[in-house]
Amino acid sequence: MTAGHDWPLWEVFIRAREGLSHKHVGSLHASDAEMALQHARDVYTRRREGESIWVVQSTDIVASAPADKESLFDPADSKIYRHPTFYEVPDEVECL
Amino acid sequence: MVQSQITGNASEADEAARFQSKVDREIKIEPRDWMPEGYRKTLVRQISQHAHSEIVGMLPEGCWVTRAPSLRRKVQLLAKIQDEGGHGLYLYSAAETLGTSRAEMIDALHEGRAKYSNIFNYPVLSWADIGAIGWLVDGAAIINQIALCRCSYGPYARAMERICREESFHQRQGYEIMMSMAFGTKDQKRMAQSALDRWWWPSLMMFGPSDRESAHSSQSMQWKIKRVSNDDLRQQFIDMTVPQADYLGLKMPDPDLKWNEERGHYDFGAIDWAELKRVVSGDGPCNKERMTARVKAHEDGAWVREAAAAYGEKQRLRKQAAKIAAE
Repeated sequence: MTAGHDWPLWEVFIRAREGLSHKHVGSLHASDAEMALQHARDVYTRRREGESIWVVQSTDIVASAPADKESLFDPADSKIYRHPTFYEVPDEVECL
Repeated sequence: MVQSQITGNASEADEAARFQSKVDREIKIEPRDWMPEGYRKTLVRQISQHAHSEIVGMLPEGCWVTRAPSLRRKVQLLAKIQDEGGHGLYLYSAAETLGTSRAEMIDALHEGRAKYSNIFNYPVLSWADIGAIGWLVDGAAIINQIALCRCSYGPYARAMERICREESFHQRQGYEIMMSMAFGTKDQKRMAQSALDRWWWPSLMMFGPSDRESAHSSQSMQWKIKRVSNDDLRQQFIDMTVPQADYLGLKMPDPDLKWNEERGHYDFGAIDWAELKRVVSGDGPCNKERMTARVKAHEDGAWVREAAAAYGEKQRLRKQAAKIAAE
């Protein structure tokens, strides 16, 4: 039996309703972009889950490393002055 | 990227402790996170086996599409089978995030190195069996899959959520078929009872060996790949299904089945584990037929896959040439 090689892997993003952004829903194999769109439609929208589909070849995605999570994101924890609740303003002044 | 160098040097034991602590705190593990080799292997085995079950599960139902008693039943069955194909694909994708390939998994199935759910090695003898499969087999699968929605591995848990959402119609359409048969003519009722008689015990075996015998259970529980034990899931299924059979006026094929007030559960008779062992190891009524059909479908489709790959490659080269010409 021939093992063969798999078609390229594609990541699928779907906009559930107009007004929402596309969200990652899963992945699939396809030999080209057109087939990836058709397969995404069949595999991920059998119950009208979407208004629009994006497919991106998985190898084109650049991702941050899990090990870099702390160095990338922890510094934001100490910058509480970036949130409105950090500031004290009088109750009687409105629209702040 | 200094950080990754530091953690790269951390010892295996530190990583393992950090991993277990994340699992204990119900933080999902994602594809690129560190994980013990055993966790990865267990998941690849379990998820691919689950995917194979969805794919092989289409075969026993497939032959009834052209024999469905009405157009309504036919479109329902087609939609169910289509879902199963889709569920297989979600699961193969989830397994691929762990570093295995689709081709490897499919080869393992076709060469008999990978297992699929034993239930599909039984024959589908009458239309009532299609009802019993939806009601019992999908019912059992749902119980198992609801527990797996809380699995510690993110891609598996997400696939399970989607599958559970889609699968509840499978069980309901099965019960609806059982209702029309059980409340129909004498012959129809007899067919419904015969389907229940034949599918009940294999459905109970779907939850796997008893907790006392299960080889993988305790490690899988610690890793939260498995959240509820085989015996607890089986009991839950029995408790749920007995009243459903009562409603249909059908008799469960188990003389020892009775409500135990003290336990708050149904007691049930001994499961024939020797039969499970025999069928799993290849000696069931339909093992050969299923694998032959699956391999044939794969081989018959080879030219389509090759043509599509060649076409895709040609498109890619053309695009590349046009880009160079434009520059």
